[in-house]
Amino acid sequence: MTNPETPSSTNEFMKGLWRENPVFVQVLGMCPVLAVSNTAMNALAMGLATAFVLLMSNLLVSLLRDFIPRQVRIASYILIIATFVTLTDYAIEAISLDLHKALGAFISLIVANCLILGRAEAFASKNGVGNAALDALGMGAGFTLALFCLGAVRELLGAGSLFGFAVLPGGFEPWIVMILPSGGFFTLAFWLIAIRIFERRRERRQTAEALQ
Amino acid sequence: MSDSGRVLEIDSSPHIRAGHSVDTIMRHVAYALLPATAFAVYVFGLVAAVTIGVAVASCLLAEYFLTRAAGRPATLGDWSVVVTGLIYGLTLPPGLPAWMVALGGFAGVGIGKYLFGGLGYNAFNPALVGRAFLQAAFPVSMTTWLVPLGDGRFWTLPSSTLTLPFATPVYDAVSGATPLAAMKFAGETTATADLVMGLTSGSTGETSAVLLLAGGLYLAARKMLNWRIPLAILATVYLLSALVHTVAPNDYPPPGFMLFSGGLMLGALFMATDMVASPMTARGCVLYGVLIGLLVVVIRLWGGMPEGVMYAILFANAVSPHIDSLVRPRVYGTANRPGSGGSS
Amino acid sequence: MTASIDAWPMYRALVGIGVGCGLLIALVYVGTLPHIERQRAAALEQAVFAVLPGSASRRTFVFDAAGTLVADTGSDGSRVHAGYDAAGRLLGVAIEAEGMGYADTIEILYGYVPADERIVGLRVLASKETPGLGDKIETDERYRANFEALDVRLDAAGEALVNPIAVVKPGTKSNAWEIDGITGATISAQAVGNTVAASAARWLPAVRRNREALAAGGQHDES
Repeated sequence: MTNPETPSSTNEFMKGLWRENPVFVQVLGMCPVLAVSNTAMNALAMGLATAFVLLMSNLLVSLLRDFIPRQVRIASYILIIATFVTLTDYAIEAISLDLHKALGAFISLIVANCLILGRAEAFASKNGVGNAALDALGMGAGFTLALFCLGAVRELLGAGSLFGFAVLPGGFEPWIVMILPSGGFFTLAFWLIAIRIFERRRERRQTAEALQ
Repeated sequence: MSDSGRVLEIDSSPHIRAGHSVDTIMRHVAYALLPATAFAVYVFGLVAAVTIGVAVASCLLAEYFLTRAAGRPATLGDWSVVVTGLIYGLTLPPGLPAWMVALGGFAGVGIGKYLFGGLGYNAFNPALVGRAFLQAAFPVSMTTWLVPLGDGRFWTLPSSTLTLPFATPVYDAVSGATPLAAMKFAGETTATADLVMGLTSGSTGETSAVLLLAGGLYLAARKMLNWRIPLAILATVYLLSALVHTVAPNDYPPPGFMLFSGGLMLGALFMATDMVASPMTARGCVLYGVLIGLLVVVIRLWGGMPEGVMYAILFANAVSPHIDSLVRPRVYGTANRPGSGGSS
Repeated sequence: MTASIDAWPMYRALVGIGVGCGLLIALVYVGTLPHIERQRAAALEQAVFAVLPGSASRRTFVFDAAGTLVADTGSDGSRVHAGYDAAGRLLGVAIEAEGMGYADTIEILYGYVPADERIVGLRVLASKETPGLGDKIETDERYRANFEALDVRLDAAGEALVNPIAVVKPGTKSNAWEIDGITGATISAQAVGNTVAASAARWLPAVRRNREALAAGGQHDES
């Protein structure tokens, strides 16, 4: 995976995708993660919408970082984020009414996703445009990946399908709990457990290698 | 091996809080449930035995694997898992596919017990967590009931029980409605005598009120069951439903029906009394019981579901630490309330 | 000596960003609006045609202040949609209704044919009923068949239904104005039936009173 030798641009991207994954490691923005990950499609759409808002807001915040005085920075960031959320809302409605209906209020709620404001405040306001974009792309990809992981498992078990196509054999009895809100909590918990176990094994192996 | 361990523990350990160790109590709880279990096998036949057997086995297996995975000492021998499995099996509808029974057992012990830290740390009753998981996952199967005393029940199994794992079950044509569902959706009440005896459709173990009561009395007499909890629950249910029935006799069932139908007896005596998930103080237990009783009546009469014992108990489990801190007496000589000490 | 805070950069930043964002939003709004409206219209049309088999065009009506139905110009009030066949003759009306289900409000659209005094189709527009149980109101063929020829005759005065719509226990439907319930989805089935009953009692007399206005809508066809 990443090591200190790699050029920093790869690093900026990879940290969001895995090492500091916004969902699996930072556990940020749980509201949309749990609420709209009931199907792979919804999860992917939500992830991409959030990634788009994140990218645009990071770009703008980074561009304007010398123009925005400290005292009004949060207000400015929120203004920028809310704008792109509104644009995304319109765009999704124009693309697909069904998708817009499925995601519902959670598109508007992207504005309250602490991940986006967090990246604007912690990274974009202190870094150049290029790095801010890479950071947003990495974090956005990490967020989308995590949502997709949840959505795929939930749709597979809860409906026996993936992206609406029946994947499991016809006799499969769907676990309805998985597409209900509680299924989101279960699935997230099991992903977190799996990733912790994986990471711990890797660390142990690395320590063992280092000792040799 | 567990035998010798058990004897040693009884003799040597100074158990301060209760007079008995976990495994003695749990063993006696299992004994107390045996009459109701045997009666369930009589009423529903072989299928009840299979359902309960798979339930116990799945809970034991889950416990075995999870203690191993977590690197903890195996707690298989202390009977608590057997009791969890037994209670869990008794709450399930007979005829539920065996693979669902096993899945719920794993979910109950895994989610309800081990995610919280294992025996002694579970915030919720694991048996009910397993059942709640199944209720949410497979609402159709969990509300399809067998008729009691069916022909040939001792040597045949309904086709649904042996459904292939993860496949949709196909039910035999004959299915019954529980007394509570009949009351809620069709406005029909069942004779209280039938309810007391347990000759109705329902979960395997919730049908015979008399035998469950006998088991509960046995435990209470041996001081292995906190009698305040079931008494508070049953009294609340009785009084509240009597009140409602008096005000509008045509709209609401009589209190006897409310008391002896559904899972109330099983829930009040054996599930609400889970030692870890219920309050520790005497006053707390009464409050906890009253809360469960209120919720049961409210859900049954005005809620969307016919039965509410499971959710009432799970909800009360969630607030039981708060109930304790609400009624905990001030320690003499200290100025403030004691801090948020551990609830287990 | 306190540094007097220079407010100008703050004004500049907030107003500048605000104006920029406002312009951007306005631009995208104008750009996407036609798409969105076209999609909404298409979705509505599809639903109306589904509950009024045979219709080829539709027109939306709302009540004006005097209680007569007039062609809609884009309001959000209670609406009915008249469906016309290819020749522009009034086939029936599709009526939107909503009622409380088991989990949340259920929104439905049903088709009413005044000539036969029957409801001929029903479609659930939005529901959050339990998958596998409550959503049988959408998937259960037998239940849906209830709404393919539901008797909703009006009395002589045209003010009330002769036989109020009633939801009965599954398998016991014996009259054309009864709705067979669904085993295992009692509450949802009841909810949809009650919603239709309440809406029909309120709307059908109004539709009868305004038959001419509705029929006239087919003459000068949709834009």
